[in-house]
Amino acid sequence: MTYTPHTPKQVSEMLATIGVDSTASLFDTIPKEHRFPEVDLPPALSEPELVSVFRKLSERNDDLEHATSFLGAGAYNHYIPSIVDHIISRSELYTAYTPYQPEVSQGTLQAIFEYQSMLCALTGMDASNASHYDGATALAEAIITAIAAGRGRRRRVVMASSVHPQYRQVCDTYTSGMDVDIVTSDDTLVTTDALLSLVDDQTACLIVQSPDFFGRIHDLSAIADALHTQNALLVVVANPISLGLLRPPGEQGADIVVGDGQPLGNSLAFGGPHLGYFACTKALVRRMSGRLVGETVDHAENRGYVLTLSTREQHIRRGKASSNICTNQGLNALAAAVYLSVMGKQGLAHVARLCYHKAHHAAALIDGLAGFCVDSTHSFFHEFVVECPCDADRIRDRVYAQSGIVVGYPLGSDYVDMAKRLLVCVTEMNSAEQIADLARALEEATA
Amino acid sequence: MTEPIIYELGQPGRTGIDLPPCDVPESPLPTALVRDDLDLPEVSQLDVVRHFVRLSQLNYGVDIGMYPLGSCTMKYNPKINEDIARLSGFASTHPLQPEEAVQGNLQLLFEMQQALAALSGFDAVSLQPAAGAHGELAGVLMIRAYHLSRGDTQRRVMLIPDSAHGTNPASTTMAGFRAIELASDARGNVDLAELGKHLNDDLAGMMLTNPNTLGLFDEQITQITEMVHSAGGLMYGDGANFNAMMGIAKPADLGFDVMHFNLHKTFATPHGGGGPGSGPVGANTTLAPFLPGPVVQRIDPPDTGDTVQPSFRLQMPEQSIGRLKAFHGNFGVIVRAYAYIRSLGAAGLRQASEMAVLNANYVQTKLRDVLPLPYDRMCAHECVLQGIVDGAEDIRALDISKRLIDYGFHPPTNYFPLIVPEALMIEPTETESKETLDRFCEAIRCIAQEAIGSPELLHDAPSSAPIGRLDEVRAARQLKLRWLPPDESDADAH
Amino acid sequence: MSPIKIDASCRYAQNHEWIRLEGDLAVVGISDYAQDQLGDIVYVELPQVGDQLAQAESFGVVESVKAASDCYLPVAGEITGVNEHLESEPELVNSDPFGDGWFVRIKIADPAQLDSLMDAAAYATFCEQDS
Repeated sequence: MTYTPHTPKQVSEMLATIGVDSTASLFDTIPKEHRFPEVDLPPALSEPELVSVFRKLSERNDDLEHATSFLGAGAYNHYIPSIVDHIISRSELYTAYTPYQPEVSQGTLQAIFEYQSMLCALTGMDASNASHYDGATALAEAIITAIAAGRGRRRRVVMASSVHPQYRQVCDTYTSGMDVDIVTSDDTLVTTDALLSLVDDQTACLIVQSPDFFGRIHDLSAIADALHTQNALLVVVANPISLGLLRPPGEQGADIVVGDGQPLGNSLAFGGPHLGYFACTKALVRRMSGRLVGETVDHAENRGYVLTLSTREQHIRRGKASSNICTNQGLNALAAAVYLSVMGKQGLAHVARLCYHKAHHAAALIDGLAGFCVDSTHSFFHEFVVECPCDADRIRDRVYAQSGIVVGYPLGSDYVDMAKRLLVCVTEMNSAEQIADLARALEEATA
Repeated sequence: MTEPIIYELGQPGRTGIDLPPCDVPESPLPTALVRDDLDLPEVSQLDVVRHFVRLSQLNYGVDIGMYPLGSCTMKYNPKINEDIARLSGFASTHPLQPEEAVQGNLQLLFEMQQALAALSGFDAVSLQPAAGAHGELAGVLMIRAYHLSRGDTQRRVMLIPDSAHGTNPASTTMAGFRAIELASDARGNVDLAELGKHLNDDLAGMMLTNPNTLGLFDEQITQITEMVHSAGGLMYGDGANFNAMMGIAKPADLGFDVMHFNLHKTFATPHGGGGPGSGPVGANTTLAPFLPGPVVQRIDPPDTGDTVQPSFRLQMPEQSIGRLKAFHGNFGVIVRAYAYIRSLGAAGLRQASEMAVLNANYVQTKLRDVLPLPYDRMCAHECVLQGIVDGAEDIRALDISKRLIDYGFHPPTNYFPLIVPEALMIEPTETESKETLDRFCEAIRCIAQEAIGSPELLHDAPSSAPIGRLDEVRAARQLKLRWLPPDESDADAH
Repeated sequence: MSPIKIDASCRYAQNHEWIRLEGDLAVVGISDYAQDQLGDIVYVELPQVGDQLAQAESFGVVESVKAASDCYLPVAGEITGVNEHLESEPELVNSDPFGDGWFVRIKIADPAQLDSLMDAAAYATFCEQDS
């Protein structure tokens, strides 16, 4: 199926209008020896054949609609209300382009404005952009913003090692050509003093995650105060569902808040497309990269929305832009806006509380099992670390083989001294029965 | 015709969805860490639906009419690909599940890597970058890593044509290089004499879009790549315009060392109102070791005569520049693009490019006597004309674009590339029929006549859109980037 | 379209910045020609008091809806004052580019550098050639 509507007659007419005798002669500029090469691809499939091939491929996966999962670590299994998919399937919304012509894009523009507004409410910040590719790249952009805010004079970044390992790797790659020094704390326990001792007068920002990669919640106000006296910025990575319950970073002195909005109405989709959110204080608005939607009026004083502050962006500043970003994750941001609208104030608070209570219940049950230990001296949200009697990969594989349960994420590949530790996540999708099954399965795995 | 903001539609206490009650004993909350207030809308489900449906009705999309934005490739987004991407085997898999549990996904990614390699002639592909600009950053960082691996620390210059998209110099700066702009010649090609001045030990490479943003295939492409290589530099290809090239020529054959693809352009995945996209990167043997990772590798079973299937696993390339994104790439977008490739096959993809180029040349021929044509040669998949009408000095590209909306068309790209004053960049794509193209050209013809006889129709346009021209100056001066309840907004905002 | 104003008491740089001596200090802004080219100004990014800059070094950015231009200091000097009114009223640059739309006050490091700039008449000719 090629989706090209041209009949042979029309092709002849068009060639005649142009003044050439064949389609091939449209490509005379291409060096002859390189023209029309063989391309080795499987033969074309009709629509029914396509469905069959892809269905078989999809069935070679064990998906989480058919399995009990306690896997988190940066991508989360939450309930997606059915209306989300219906809305993002409306073709006026998903077959539209970036809203550069605002008169025919008010749907997209207003939806993004609403998304920006709701992210501000969630994070407690003054402004949010229209999104980045994911939480990791949003964090890299936060580093770029923090450095630009200091006019490039401070080029040191202090990073807690309890920030998601993949986010830290992305920050390293992003800044590899930029003369930026990222210093990571050695200690994953991260006491405020230990981290702050790494901050000096060359530091542009300090980055912490709360709840962190291990699920622990941190009190940020003390860190914020200490940083601000040294003229450094506080960047916080935060899970948006946790903000349905927890005091937002904006109320604790954060300057920039980033994270991944996938839990807000976006499917897991094997890791993407997800949704990088970025929110900041009023003072940093003009330094923020990425698209921004602003409110204005038309000539008849009707309220309307436009992309604004675009002179910061690459298509105008070009080599002097602070970032090269061009796309946002438009449709994913729309999904988040619909999710937050239909969940609303009460719904999101309820989801967050369900996650919290179920996770604490599971942690207590697992801690009671012989050979397993959960250290809950530190407050946590919906993820916690389980110390296993043997290597966590083996526990994971045995539990899966014996019961089909996806038990969590072994930490050994990311943290050298944590081979026996497993990161377990519990969401509103896990029933009490599933949690009981989990405890039983862990017990059996060590029998 | 304005739609209220979602917050304005609620009532305290309303909910849009029900959730199960808590079925486990409750644990004490860490009260000092709990928030006092959560300012989200409180709207009934029906009102949420009506709100977003009404918003959608204020939008124009490819499913409504022709959307001839240059270099955006607004072709039809096949619906079957939407269904396929939503299969639970794809949509409900977690990126950190053990590899044995997701072999279907890994196989799909591997086959997609191979398909893009087949189309482009490159040896290896990484599907990690999330968008074109992201792929560009990857490519430039790969070139940097290559030179550093050979001890060539002085190579800091990247040559970029003046017609290039803004992301090119922006990516260059992010990678720590210095961008030098090269002029184009009168035929829209890279000026070889200019290029010749920069062939020295400082040269890291050149970024080139081919066909370029003027819609023109460079007539000296192999000379350019040879010259850059002879000076020790590498060639980066911006694949935004790959829709003119499928089955027509392979970038690797022409001398490119690395190139990014835009799946949301060439491979028919939806633009989503601004994203998500996907920007895979292909590289030849010189640069393949530096690709961002992880990439998917196939492990073939030993030849025992069984029908054991190969298995697939994730791996970082040996000298990878590292990770550019969490997890594996925009998998949901890649599924759609791969379904498109399997649906068309090699012959279908070539036909898509042929018809795309046919359509653009047809439009160029029909409009050349209506609007000025700066480069009088065969174009590729898009053409650039100027929004200038003889006898209507007051009319500019912007006015013609806004009036096109009243004729039922989305405007083409305005004011880009920067080297053409009052540029109108028109890319019809291959999924538009001759009838649609004829109507489009007729509309332009009428508008050009209106420009002379009734210019106020253009100045006041659009008059048939849901809203008139918006005050962008006010938006930038009085920043209102979020909704605030009337008692909280301050007049001076930011 | 009203004719472009050129202030006779100023000297001008090639990037359309003007400089006017006021006793020991000097005032710097952008010309009427520049603001006309840029269109409605939406924001001006200014340096901090105390910053020391070389001749032709960027001291700020002036933004309109369609463009963002760097502003280069016509002569080397130290920033002694910035026009804080521009934060809330960037349109002053359009309405009064040589007066209330000024950008920075500086203490000139090397007065000889003033000679490298154009006087009003030379600048007028320069603008004509530019358009």
